[in-house]
Amino acid sequence: MPDSVLRVLTCGSVDDGKSTLIGRLLFECGTIPDDVMAALERDSIRFGTVEGATDYALLVDGLEAEREQGVTIDVAYRFFETPARRFILADTPGHQQYTRNMVTGASTADLAILLIDARKGILPQTRRHAAIASLLGIKQVVLAVNKMDLVNFDQSVFRAIEQDFRNIMPKLRFNRVTGIPLCARDGDNVTTRSPRTPWYQGAPLLNALEIADSTIEESGAFRLPVQYVNRPDHNFRGYAGTIASGRIRPGDSLFNAAAQTEAKVARIVTMDGDLQVAGAGDPVTLVLDREIDISRGDVLAADPQPKPADNLEAWVVWMDETPLFRGRAYLLMLGTSTVVATVTDITTRLDMETLEETTVRELALNEIGRVSISLTHPIICESYETNRDLGGFILIDRLTKGTVGAGMVTASRVRNSDIVWHRLDVDKAARSEMKHQKPAVLWFTGLSGAGKSTIANQVEKRLHALGRHTMILDGDNVRHGLNRDLGFSEADRVENIRRIAEVAKLFVDAGLIVIISFISPYRAERMMARDRVAEDEFLEIFIDTPIDECRRRDPKGLYVKADSGQIRNFTGVDAPYEEPLDPEIRLRTLEGSADDLAEVVVADLRRRGIIG
Amino acid sequence: MLYSIGKDSTVLLHIARKAFYPARLPFPLLHIDTKWKFRAMIEFRDSVAQRYGLDLRIHTNPDGLRDNINPFDHGGAYTQIMKTDALKQALTQGNYDFAIGGARRDEERSRAKERIFSMRAPGHAWDPKRQRPELWHLYNGQLGPGETLRVFPLSNWTERDVWTYIAAENIDVVPLYFAAIRPTVKRDGQLIVVDDDRMRFEPGEKPVDRMVRFRSLGCYPLSAAVESNATNLEELLAEMADTRMSERAGRLIDQDEGSSMERKKREGYF
Repeated sequence: MPDSVLRVLTCGSVDDGKSTLIGRLLFECGTIPDDVMAALERDSIRFGTVEGATDYALLVDGLEAEREQGVTIDVAYRFFETPARRFILADTPGHQQYTRNMVTGASTADLAILLIDARKGILPQTRRHAAIASLLGIKQVVLAVNKMDLVNFDQSVFRAIEQDFRNIMPKLRFNRVTGIPLCARDGDNVTTRSPRTPWYQGAPLLNALEIADSTIEESGAFRLPVQYVNRPDHNFRGYAGTIASGRIRPGDSLFNAAAQTEAKVARIVTMDGDLQVAGAGDPVTLVLDREIDISRGDVLAADPQPKPADNLEAWVVWMDETPLFRGRAYLLMLGTSTVVATVTDITTRLDMETLEETTVRELALNEIGRVSISLTHPIICESYETNRDLGGFILIDRLTKGTVGAGMVTASRVRNSDIVWHRLDVDKAARSEMKHQKPAVLWFTGLSGAGKSTIANQVEKRLHALGRHTMILDGDNVRHGLNRDLGFSEADRVENIRRIAEVAKLFVDAGLIVIISFISPYRAERMMARDRVAEDEFLEIFIDTPIDECRRRDPKGLYVKADSGQIRNFTGVDAPYEEPLDPEIRLRTLEGSADDLAEVVVADLRRRGIIG
Repeated sequence: MLYSIGKDSTVLLHIARKAFYPARLPFPLLHIDTKWKFRAMIEFRDSVAQRYGLDLRIHTNPDGLRDNINPFDHGGAYTQIMKTDALKQALTQGNYDFAIGGARRDEERSRAKERIFSMRAPGHAWDPKRQRPELWHLYNGQLGPGETLRVFPLSNWTERDVWTYIAAENIDVVPLYFAAIRPTVKRDGQLIVVDDDRMRFEPGEKPVDRMVRFRSLGCYPLSAAVESNATNLEELLAEMADTRMSERAGRLIDQDEGSSMERKKREGYF
């Protein structure tokens, strides 16, 4: 069995004949067993698009839905080998809405086959796929100009397409591009050079794949992202993971950069006995010569030591229907660490037509842009160019738990390393003790007209009467000053809440009981505000009033305007309100007066020990 | 970890033991026992569990057992009740959030598109259109309410990789994978090995001794053998290099319709 493995990505526009080409490769390499071939002949009659002939695409278009539609909708992995090499091939979709699947296939590929229909030439989709392949660090490309039979194997058509691609090359970071004229259906230039293209002197496709470079073993300094701390008993403590780069031997010095601690490697443990050396890609368990504090997510590193960073510059491919907004928080997974991350800025989007960058404020599904990200805890990372394992990350939605974005680090640093966080002698505890209270955020959320401001006002009056120190922030009032520059789009609402959350945090540090009265319609933003303060300092208070009742009350006449279209993006009318799933306090305004409900809140604060 | 006793499960278990060495596996093994597995499989299972000190849990669908659901009388319903339903019962009862299995992408068309970390909605259903993108070696293991994950670490292995690894690591497998003289009957061109006296014979049918082995193991009345002279790993690898039939060709439940596996997976089949 050949040892060398090449991971290949195939991409192209719909109907370029991608699945046919792959089916053909599998067939030519003798990978198709007899019973599968027999099933294929049957299926070709039933579903086939090639009249009277075997439709090789049916070998790879696995799922029912796509066989009905005749397009590939997901990424599929195929395996074949020649005497020279084994291949893992990721077949990815052409449709724009499935670009995220192409990114998935590209993330682990060594080489990309870009399928082009000879009749159509370079399409916007081709440029998009080339850009993604380049961004994800693929260095080798085969430009597979297919359906040459439909242009009579005309050399000038092929050369023109090659030239068009060469024109966009300066904007891409490929090392090697190989153009091959093909007719996948008939097998021209797939495994042997075709007599129908005597003018083509290059290698046929399979041969080109056999001689391509597989990704070079990560060179560079030793890095082990710790996946698991193995402690079966008191006598053994090992750090397990897959080596991301470099080599290690017993006796070598390693640092845990996050904790600034150092130790030497005592043993490299495997079930088959200790190793004398291990390198990139090896799964190992390291035992150190002394106990230092290490947990999952830490990186054991040799010199030069990596620096922890809590501020990243990165390319992000957005993969979710809900756009990416500045200010929203996600989980970021990089190496073996998972931290809360906030996108603090979206600077540019890569225009797929021109491969130029344009200024934007949000990223929609399948868009690629440059962003700045701020993390709640520093992590060890490197640029994606240096190390894919420590430079690639995913973003996870904190509510749906879905993977919504993929990113590649271009730069990282410790936030405002010039602006040192000044340690102050008088702290939050000292300030609040003097006031005989525990600081807290009372976050009132609910529809417009639900009664938030009325009840919040009553609560503050009571606390004031009890001699407590409070501060109230009201949605409408803040928009007259601090947030005067913001409108009501989803992106602006996110930023609105981000600023309020930061202000609330400052007041909590001042030792105050902060009362926030904002519609704050999105769970993600309320969660983000909650994260700004300690766990027991945040009380979400849901003012639960049915929308019909709010509309009936309509104290500011806003529902009338929204219903008639004079106001757009009005929560509950043409913008969503996401109800709290598990609020600390739920107040049903149909079941009690504002006075009664305010008393409920005060009683709850007493019970929690926020006021004595 | 789902443990089916077959070669893929055997490799998976071996790799897991290596990953956690010198500690024991930090998770239990679950075997869905339909009560129709080959006797040699059950013997092998119990000896492996004992040898490595594994926390082995065994589940059989009690309803199916009560109603005497069997592969001879109940056809497709048998697979649904004794395998799919039984698995769902066991996963639900055990409150398992992650189930690790040995499925490979090269086995079958719909498996080729499944993620390594594959989401299951509440009720264990798989929706091929709502799969999470899976990039680099980053696996999103976050779960929403009621969601569970099936994890397939051997996704990118081929049948040949599995056997090459078994040979390289010198791992014990169920002896049924090697050729021996076994009592067989031929039905619709498939060879069924008579494993116990519950076998139902057609009128005039008599077991015939043939030199056979299995490429894929399951319930004995549903697993077809192939004629073979490969009695050890070396001969088996040589045989595989010339074989012209796919591995699951011997699995009788897969063949009714091209998409039957996808349909079964949507319903919760592993």
